[in-house]
Amino acid sequence: MAVSKKSSEDLVNVQVDGHWIRVPKGTRMIEACKQAAAEVPHYCYHPKLTSPGNCRMCLVEMGMPPRPTPGEEAELDAEGHAKINWMPRPVIACANTVAEGMGIRTQSLLAKECRQGVMEFLLINHPLDCPICDQAGECTLQEYSVEHGNGQSRFLESKVKKPKNVDIGPRIRLDDERCVLCSRCVRFSKEVVDDDVLGFVDRGSHNTLAVHPDRKLENNYSLNTVDICPVGALTSNDFRFKMRVWFMRETKSLCTGCARGCNTLIGSREGKIYRQGPRENNKVNSAWMCDSGRMEYHRLEDPARLTDPMIKRGRTHNVVDWTEAICRAAKDLSRFKGDELAIIASGGMTNEELYLTRTLAESLEAGVVDVVKRSGSGDDYLSHSDKNPNVNGARKILKLRSPGSRLKLIHAGIAEGKIKALLVLGEDLLDIGFSEEELGGLKCMVLVHMIANPTAKMSTVVLPGAGYAEKRGSMINATGRLQRLNKAIDSPGLSREDWEILQGLNRAVDGKDEVTELVDVFGEMTSAVSIFKGLSFAGIGDLGVDVMDTGESVPLLEREAKRVRDGLIVG
Amino acid sequence: MIELSELLVPAIKIVVLVFAVILPMVAYSVWAERRVSAIIQDRVGPNRVGIPFTKIGLAGLGQPISDGIKFLLKEDFTPGHVNKLYFWLAPALTMVPAILTCAVLPFGSELFGEKMVVADLNVGPLFIFAIASLSVYGIVLAGWSSNSKYPFLGGIRSSSQMISYEISLGLSLVPVLLIFGELNLSAIVEEQSENGWLLLPLWGEGAIWNGGWDRFFLFFPSLLAFIIFTTSIFAETNRLPFDLPECETELVAGYHTEYSSMKFALFFLGEYAAMIIGSGLIVTLFLGGWSLPFGCDAALMQMAGNPEQVPWWLGLIHISTFLVKVVGFIIFFIWVRWTLPRFRYDQLMKLGWIVFFELALLNIFITAGIIFLTRSPD
Amino acid sequence: MPIVVKRPRLTLAEKCYFPALMKGLRITLGHAIRILQRKKKVTMQYPEVKWDDNLPEHYRGAPALVTDEHDRERCVSCQLCEFICPPRAIKIVPEEIPPGDEWQKVEKRPESFDIDMLRCIYCGMCQEVCPEQAIFLRKDYAITGVSREEMIHDKQKLYEIGGKREGLINKWNKLK
Repeated sequence: MAVSKKSSEDLVNVQVDGHWIRVPKGTRMIEACKQAAAEVPHYCYHPKLTSPGNCRMCLVEMGMPPRPTPGEEAELDAEGHAKINWMPRPVIACANTVAEGMGIRTQSLLAKECRQGVMEFLLINHPLDCPICDQAGECTLQEYSVEHGNGQSRFLESKVKKPKNVDIGPRIRLDDERCVLCSRCVRFSKEVVDDDVLGFVDRGSHNTLAVHPDRKLENNYSLNTVDICPVGALTSNDFRFKMRVWFMRETKSLCTGCARGCNTLIGSREGKIYRQGPRENNKVNSAWMCDSGRMEYHRLEDPARLTDPMIKRGRTHNVVDWTEAICRAAKDLSRFKGDELAIIASGGMTNEELYLTRTLAESLEAGVVDVVKRSGSGDDYLSHSDKNPNVNGARKILKLRSPGSRLKLIHAGIAEGKIKALLVLGEDLLDIGFSEEELGGLKCMVLVHMIANPTAKMSTVVLPGAGYAEKRGSMINATGRLQRLNKAIDSPGLSREDWEILQGLNRAVDGKDEVTELVDVFGEMTSAVSIFKGLSFAGIGDLGVDVMDTGESVPLLEREAKRVRDGLIVG
Repeated sequence: MIELSELLVPAIKIVVLVFAVILPMVAYSVWAERRVSAIIQDRVGPNRVGIPFTKIGLAGLGQPISDGIKFLLKEDFTPGHVNKLYFWLAPALTMVPAILTCAVLPFGSELFGEKMVVADLNVGPLFIFAIASLSVYGIVLAGWSSNSKYPFLGGIRSSSQMISYEISLGLSLVPVLLIFGELNLSAIVEEQSENGWLLLPLWGEGAIWNGGWDRFFLFFPSLLAFIIFTTSIFAETNRLPFDLPECETELVAGYHTEYSSMKFALFFLGEYAAMIIGSGLIVTLFLGGWSLPFGCDAALMQMAGNPEQVPWWLGLIHISTFLVKVVGFIIFFIWVRWTLPRFRYDQLMKLGWIVFFELALLNIFITAGIIFLTRSPD
Repeated sequence: MPIVVKRPRLTLAEKCYFPALMKGLRITLGHAIRILQRKKKVTMQYPEVKWDDNLPEHYRGAPALVTDEHDRERCVSCQLCEFICPPRAIKIVPEEIPPGDEWQKVEKRPESFDIDMLRCIYCGMCQEVCPEQAIFLRKDYAITGVSREEMIHDKQKLYEIGGKREGLINKWNKLK
């Protein structure tokens, strides 16, 4: 909210559709209506952006109590509020703030007629593209047309033709005929990602959204404009014509592209993911997400996905069933004790998987356990330089002071011939500095991974795992927030969620009955790892909880908070 | 020592009667059932199956054969929860009594000096009742051994229904036996051949102008006995309007719900065999069996010059006369089935116990009284 | 308020059921005789005789896709039929019309369009929901095949059945 201190002096009385509510001073009228559960339709207004007030869809009837002349008492109604004098002309609800005693009517005849008129104007040049438009089904123009529109067009003249199918960037297509000129995309580019490449050209009905002639909309946050576009003017090349939105099931999950842990919604249908977009979380990613994070799901569609557990016999890998593979892996690993065995885990694993790795390492008495460090270039917005999504979890659960530092020991151990067996979890060793000759010296290597990579070719046992959208679990992001991953689709073939594989190995190694539910693994973890004390898997909720203080902050959120303080946006 | 011919001749009779007459008749009464029901309902019915691989249709006469093949080739499924012994026994127990009863039915006069009856028993009707009452075991066992609710209810209904109607069946026959003073079915038919059928006393001593006053007065009790007997046969054979044991709308298929393939077919055939035997019995008792009406038998014998034994052509005429009458009755059975709706169970029991039982009992006394008054005690 | 239905008082003749029985037998016999005399003909001997010429205009047979006067495939793969289809018989994979195509401005067309005729219930919802007048229920009703694969009508087969249909609304005209 715009006003952080909510003392009673800062609250004002507002009447919305006949009911009196109390809202903080400085609240936009549209937000006050939202609190009173009165929906005000709008296109250009977005709480994270400034309000230009140019779509005119949020027109409502407004009234104020008359200012009494000195000595005169204000006329009171039955509830003790001053009587409201309604204004003859409507006002926009998105850019005006409330005042004491203000009245708002969202359902009056005037408000309804205004909306109907605005809808009619918006639709006169709008093409009948709905059958081929990707926005259909989640298009506010469609929705408001049904709710507030006319049903029939009175427009007899020829529609204005504008450019269609314009290439304005590597990931985005623009259809100007569908544009309602709300300027959300223009404002987003300018205000949030400081890449002012969009703007309006021409006048009147020929007013058109265009990209700067010498530039493209190609910043790493460009696809957010597609999300905030209320119509189908901006569409994503990646999602274009792939699937209609009404078929998709949306799963709340996390992006695992970097340590930011942006909250996402994954759209999937019948075991296939079609898109991934941001989910609002004001503690992590506001309402945005980077383009590279959105494309993360394509990694699950790798043609080299592992679908069956395999055991190496001679030079080839044979497909076996799970029981055999797990037993073989457990038997092979238990032959080596202490310094002979090392475990290379991954910062991309969930807390539960890391915890099960820890118990496995304890019962196998593994000498060295470490994760692989993976850094890349971050930016000043959301993208983090640490490309592992859960290094903080690995730090806490595997008790690593400096993750990745012990890989040197493993290199040395293999070179000396001290380390004879290796358990690799979700990493491609040849990609992180190990050589084939080095690994060739090992007696046994067990790999849990989802892709048939070169390391899999060298492993004695290969156990197919699941990708990030194919499993449940929790992760801790760069700012120390514990968040949940959810399962959007099933993993291909016989592959399993990694925590199940690890639990299987645990069971085979120590011969005990282990818990079979993910929530119970989390439950065990809460007593073993101090930062999770008192939590439950369900208790994490959709938005997560802060469990660590890492001293980091999100630059984008800080700038947003400043704009909220300045009263530019609602937030 | 038993002569070989004494064994051979009945064996030939049995084989010919059962496998060349009864079983084909059963098969073709199913076909007739379907065709007749079809024309009654303005349909066509099975009219395509003829000689295989030709276009000759024969009005669908090949249907029973293909049905039979189908029944034989279908999966014979025995559910896991049934009592195996009784489950296997039950279909045989319905089929066998039905076929056994035909042993005493005279299906013709004589052919080459042999009486056209398998066993010329002196207690024909008693034998039939004794054997026919066994068929209730088949149904009860089927219902019970299937170990499932619908067959169980069907079996219960069937047993109580058959036991109830056996009483009126037996009692309604007593007046007929009183009239003929005879329990040998062949003798009864010969008597009718000479002196008029029980329901058509228009020649010989039965005719009124020949002094057959007793038969004139006895006509009405005979008619009543005929109606009660025929109706009870409907109930005994579980046919509509009394097919409550297998009543599809309530009990899926009643006692044979769990049966498939040939075992199901045996129930099916048993029902039709019982219908044929029932028709044969009605024809034998009330409509002169194999005899031709209006004393034609005697006239034809005269034509043949009154030989010692019936000539072969007349024997064949008699056999076909019997079959024609039986077929007529089967068609009547079918006709009734596709006309009347099913009774309610309480109505069925009421009809059996309150109407038919009393009427049949009364009928015995009326008949006895008429015989006492009209026939001089010799 | 319960309704009391009075039982009809039956006469003796009605009570003994016999006249009604005879009446029933007479009716069924009448039908049988009329059929036997061939005065009445109800059943049609199907494969030899067909009713095809008398099928009404609104008859709903196999669904098919149609092309317009200019041989443009009318379907733009909006997938509304796939959505509305009660037995989920329709499966569409959309694709973008490549640049250079005569109808590039339509932008979208089906890459594959399968109707599983084993699932189709001939309800006609697809025709009703289609915003492009691209799918119609034809009068073909004898859809048979010897394998499941054969019973899945693909795009080619659907256009084969549907053929060209003229005089429909041309949304994608020059003005567009």
